[in-house]
Amino acid sequence: MTARGSIIYLEDVTVNYDGFKALDRLNFFMDRRELRVVIGPNGAGKTTLLDVISGSVKPESGRVIFGHSTDLLPLRENQIAQLGVGRKFQTPSVFVNLTVRDNVELSLRRASKGVLAALRRRDLDEERARIARTLESVQLAGKAGWPAGALSHGEKQWLEIGMVIAQDPELLLVDEPVAGMTDEETARTGELLETIAADRSVLVIEHDMEFVRQIARQVTVLHQGTVLCEGPVEQVQSDPRVLEVYLGRRREATDAVG
Amino acid sequence: MPRRETVALGIAAVGLAVVLPVCNALPAGSPLAVSNFTLNLFGKFLTYAILALGLDLLWGYAGVLSLGHGVFFGLGAYAMGMHLMLEIGAKSVYQSALPDFMVWNQVKALPLFWRPFHSVPFTLAAIVLVPALFGLAFGYLAFRSRIRGVYFAIITQALALSAWLVFNRNEMKLGGTNGLADFKTIFGYPLNQPGTQRALYVVTALTLVAAYALCRWITLTRAGKVLVAIRDSETRVLFSGYSPAAYKLFVFVVSAALAGVAGALYAPQVGIITPAKIGVLPSIEMVVWVAAGGRGTLYGAVIGAFGVNWIQSWLTTSYPDLWLLFLGGLFMGAVLFFPDGIVGALGRLAARARRLTGGPTDRARLDAALLSPAAPGPARPPGSEP
Repeated sequence: MTARGSIIYLEDVTVNYDGFKALDRLNFFMDRRELRVVIGPNGAGKTTLLDVISGSVKPESGRVIFGHSTDLLPLRENQIAQLGVGRKFQTPSVFVNLTVRDNVELSLRRASKGVLAALRRRDLDEERARIARTLESVQLAGKAGWPAGALSHGEKQWLEIGMVIAQDPELLLVDEPVAGMTDEETARTGELLETIAADRSVLVIEHDMEFVRQIARQVTVLHQGTVLCEGPVEQVQSDPRVLEVYLGRRREATDAVG
Repeated sequence: MPRRETVALGIAAVGLAVVLPVCNALPAGSPLAVSNFTLNLFGKFLTYAILALGLDLLWGYAGVLSLGHGVFFGLGAYAMGMHLMLEIGAKSVYQSALPDFMVWNQVKALPLFWRPFHSVPFTLAAIVLVPALFGLAFGYLAFRSRIRGVYFAIITQALALSAWLVFNRNEMKLGGTNGLADFKTIFGYPLNQPGTQRALYVVTALTLVAAYALCRWITLTRAGKVLVAIRDSETRVLFSGYSPAAYKLFVFVVSAALAGVAGALYAPQVGIITPAKIGVLPSIEMVVWVAAGGRGTLYGAVIGAFGVNWIQSWLTTSYPDLWLLFLGGLFMGAVLFFPDGIVGALGRLAARARRLTGGPTDRARLDAALLSPAAPGPARPPGSEP
């Protein structure tokens, strides 16, 4: 751990799905203000890692500590979100029957997101400004009044990123943000993530190696529920263990076909 | 509230709560006279509309389908009915202070849980609180366990069935299959006087207006947007820091309380409440009103409750064999051809008419923006240069 302290810290985390260990005594931590990319073959436990941090999957053993000392294990998803952990899903998940602006408004960080607080009066000027700024940053200001269901696939992805930014999280979890995007959209999403990472921690799961090279400084490779290796992109790419995991699989696949 | 809607609500309120009762007070020969029978029928429809509003808030906005709202309607109706039974006192057939059915069933003393219903304030509180608290307990268990969608619909249906079975039992001391009936007075006023019925009608109409305003207010707050968001993506709501269970519980309790109030207004106007009103079938009929009228608009629910029941009262008197066929056909029609109900179908018709006459509609403008590559924005991803 560095002097800045970790933002998320997992120790000996095991997730067991009826005998299949999606995570197997995983140790993982990230510094504050770090942009980290997690890669690994299918079934390596990447999405399970995000599920554990955001609270939708509870591990059978291990510790998950957020920030200085907050234990995340007893908390529910919405409580973890309120603490400052935002999550962007792989398939765009927005409220299609609300306007783009309302989507962001609901996501804004607030002291309370309870029913009574939500029944009281309207947004403050300061909140309205934050909504406008967020819409600018994901380039959807011109469509604030549109129903979110009318946006294109790429725009929905950006809207969801905007919603997560509006939550003002300290840690942002992003699951395959560029799946199904054009090259141009991919490049633009990479820039967006780097901007976001300037003042918060971002954990990205990705398959697209080109995209990983564009954004990554530190890469973690997961394999069978544990960390295989960790380091800068170039180092990871030339690591013989990583090559074996990826290429070994490819050879088996070829054999199977042949 | 949008201005057009406020105006429409005002007109409807004056028409229902003022004009109709005034016409009813006219002498019978007058061309504008409204008969006692018609006014009473309308009063019944209005209680159904109050219930439909709550159901629409729950189903049309939050996407939670309840097939058990007859139970909450019944709880309110029985609470009011118990008070009315006690008001009869010794004027009953057996001239006992006990309700007649207790005399038949050899009940010697008034059961403990009946006693507080002598009190008017207690009864009025019970009408709202009994269904609300029952809804709170049931909803808390269901939503906390994350029971949703079809599963929630099924357990609410099971609730309706078990409530029906329980209320049918004589041991419950609630009149068994025959329910509560033969009410004589309400708060001292004789129920067989047209004046009393007219007053009940006016109270019902005003309650409907108040219920509408309450539901509309909820939909316009941020909480209302959260309800729609839950319908769209409950997971996203959860990860945005809201507890969907808390919001669903809130709206479930509101709709249960509205159903209870509706039941309490129903009992004295119709003069009887039996377990037949709280079972599976009536609960499903309630959902059909909302589906046929149009979900997620509030006024659609009111129109649906009114329209379906009006047609029912006409068909069951003129062509009694056709009613169930019609109800089934209506439900299938609503599912297959107009999923957004009468309101949605009329809206689309109006939009088409406006297009034909050349006037641009909001929808058409949006479509044009989406389809035209020359329009700024939509067709191009953000960040790309023109």
